Amino acid sequence: MQTNNTDEAGLIARILAGEKELFHELIGPYERMVYLTLFSIVKNEAEAEDGAQEAVISAYRHLGSFRGDAKFSTWLTTIAINEGRKRLRKAKGRAEDSIDEQIEELEGDYTPAPLTDWREIPLEALERKELREALRVAVTELPDIYRQVFALRDLEEMNIEETAEALGITTSAVKVRLHRARIMLQKRLVPFLKTTAPARKGFFGRAL
Amino acid sequence: MKLECKHVWEHISEYIDGSVDAKLREDIERHLEHCEICSAILDSTRNILVLTADDRTFELPVGYSKRLHERLKEEIAKSKAEPPPGGAE
Repeated sequence: MQTNNTDEAGLIARILAGEKELFHELIGPYERMVYLTLFSIVKNEAEAEDGAQEAVISAYRHLGSFRGDAKFSTWLTTIAINEGRKRLRKAKGRAEDSIDEQIEELEGDYTPAPLTDWREIPLEALERKELREALRVAVTELPDIYRQVFALRDLEEMNIEETAEALGITTSAVKVRLHRARIMLQKRLVPFLKTTAPARKGFFGRAL
Repeated sequence: MKLECKHVWEHISEYIDGSVDAKLREDIERHLEHCEICSAILDSTRNILVLTADDRTFELPVGYSKRLHERLKEEIAKSKAEPPPGGAE
């Protein structure tokens, strides 16, 4: 997502002028983002991939309606979110507003889990496959409204304003949801770290 | 002002994002200097975010990019017979 904005604007102008193949190049830096956005909503790999393809095709077809006042990445993310929500509605067979209008609860326990031996956890623990798996599961199990904010902000590394714009919520809602999502994940993963990474005080050698 | 742990936790996310004001930042940092519990919470939360942003944690399906571009190629070929993209619904 380090694409230079002027290059991007130039690319878009050329595509609209007829050099259609350049769309491959335009979309390249955002392929991962589109997939992850879809996945954060539908929570299923195959469905996320189908949705990502649809979102990209839709962006191609509607490129003429993209206005330069928004960032291309934000515009594209909005398309991806809409595609994801459409699929979710279809899957759940529910009314449109019952899914989209969840709001955060005012009360709730959003305090992190204390841990005393974090510093003794070897760095290799972060490289463990099991930890990645635990994180994937924990993210997937976050309540929808928290997971979607977390995905855009911490997984796709969009900023607070872009996240708010793409999801159609306020920046303060983004901050509250992000805080809660992060704390919930911290809480979920701390016990995991404790049980899989026994402290090794005074251990200087390397395990063979 | 001396901060309580609970107060630090409430601001941990904003602290990580660097969006707390200078005064609060200073108070939090002073608290972290002597509070191992809050330091560990901060470290663990940060590490989770590092791990989240690591491409190996959330991987794309094998062949995703290839299939995406093939689909796009078909769509572009199809649209070549039509007016420029985005011109009409």
